[in-house]
Amino acid sequence: MEYVSPEGLRLDGRRPMEMRQIRAEIGTVARADGSAVFEMGNTKVIAAVYGPREVQNRSQQISDQALVRCEYSMANFSTGDRRRKPKGDRRSTEISLVIRQTMEACILTHLMPRSQIDIFVQVLQADGGTRSACINAATLALADAGIPMRDIVTSCSAGYLNSTPLLDLNYIEDSAGGPDVTVGILPKLDKVTLLQMDAKLPLDIFENVMGLATEGCKAVANYIREVLLENTKQLEYRRGL
Amino acid sequence: MEGRLANAWRLTANDKSFIRTALLSEIRIDGRKPYEYRKIVVKFGREDGSSEVQLGQTHVMGIVTAQLVQPYRDRPKEGVLSIFTEVSPMADPSFEPGRPGELAVELGRIIDRGLRESKAVDTESLCVLAGKFVWAIRIDLHILDNGGNLVDAANIAALAALLTFRRPECSLGGEDGQEVIVHPPEIREPLPLTVHHLPIAITFGIFSNDSILVIDPTHNEEAVMGGRMTTTVNANGDICAIQKAGGEGIPQRVIMQCLQLATAKAAGITKQIKEAVEVYNTERALRKIKRHPTSIGVNVKEKQDQSVDK
Repeated sequence: MEYVSPEGLRLDGRRPMEMRQIRAEIGTVARADGSAVFEMGNTKVIAAVYGPREVQNRSQQISDQALVRCEYSMANFSTGDRRRKPKGDRRSTEISLVIRQTMEACILTHLMPRSQIDIFVQVLQADGGTRSACINAATLALADAGIPMRDIVTSCSAGYLNSTPLLDLNYIEDSAGGPDVTVGILPKLDKVTLLQMDAKLPLDIFENVMGLATEGCKAVANYIREVLLENTKQLEYRRGL
Repeated sequence: MEGRLANAWRLTANDKSFIRTALLSEIRIDGRKPYEYRKIVVKFGREDGSSEVQLGQTHVMGIVTAQLVQPYRDRPKEGVLSIFTEVSPMADPSFEPGRPGELAVELGRIIDRGLRESKAVDTESLCVLAGKFVWAIRIDLHILDNGGNLVDAANIAALAALLTFRRPECSLGGEDGQEVIVHPPEIREPLPLTVHHLPIAITFGIFSNDSILVIDPTHNEEAVMGGRMTTTVNANGDICAIQKAGGEGIPQRVIMQCLQLATAKAAGITKQIKEAVEVYNTERALRKIKRHPTSIGVNVKEKQDQSVDK
């Protein structure tokens, strides 16, 4: 199947180096300490953060750091066919672990000892790149909750089909069986914290694809900063400053 | 919560800072250099498709079995490959009995990605009757002792078991050629699996001070490290999978250096696995040669001495 036409257009009309349209909204779950909705094209994800609060399970309390918990689940209606189990299957367990460890790298946990921070991420619409959208949504939700962080974490995916590196794969391109590289970076520190790759790639092509995904992450980081700035301005305005 | 935190609890603060300080001078507590692997021992059981791997103190067993099943609807001509990991509390007190924890799930998925997505095992040759019968290969990995770096050891166990596994030969028969007859191993020699390349998992431990990296972390180093990165490469220089699930961040150029180092190490480990499999195959072939009982050598000289004594 042809994923990149001879004119250089992908199945949804994008260019190989073009990302899908991003949209983010903060403060959507009123009950939570921080929440955000993040959309990357047709992929829509909602994240809610509760914390820092008292550890519910005393035996898991850490005396010098905050405990970070994360739960990833996909809604039944998020994919084409109705999913049987939204969470608890092996893929969801792995992604929960991945998101938790990624956010732990940026949260200043030593400032909140003996407390717990819960991150709940739910996929409402899945069209490829759900992992990245979840991490971006979690970053916004943590910022909304006012949790101190070292740097924001942004994530983007890239692939390699028809001998072309493609940025931000959608579901059809993802299930094509080609390589899929998901990168999560700390933009200011310029460090890679999340890196997952499957399917075979030679070393030099992998370097190109990873570089492309990193550029995508930086573009998402710029957008997230704009959204946070806008949100702060709104808060200032409402306080009458 | 289990794996990582429980590790960290058992080491004292002095032990942890000792490990960290030693790493600043490129010394590891078991005497290895930062980019040195522990000793790998690959052994096989009597059955085809069972392997036992020891990586230092880490001990993993791999068993491969096959069954005829119906293929997935969207892949009617391909066989099925599935990996199951069993972490028992015998291996590490932090493992809970019952449902596999996060560690076991992640381990299974890393090895699964390395084998399946990189097409290391040829699944199309496992098809018997398209749409009706295919071979389902099941790899069971049992973690017997956690001495650190379970992923690498389990991966080697899975590969060794796959290379020595033999599936029974089957042919189509019955009235309309729709029935599958599975031949028992005594009648027809079972067939090996088609393995195109060997994806080897190489794990790096990342430490917070100055982004120090070590290969093949031990149990104690895992309790101290800030993050880990598992790269699955094969001896041809292809990268089959990478898993860096958060944790300490590292710059991009360090990742490329790690990949080059991993490719170099993978070549050595591939050679070792292949040599062990060769030894097993020769031994197996010798076992197959049936010897007539009376041709077993008799020590004639002893009998003569006995008659002299009388």
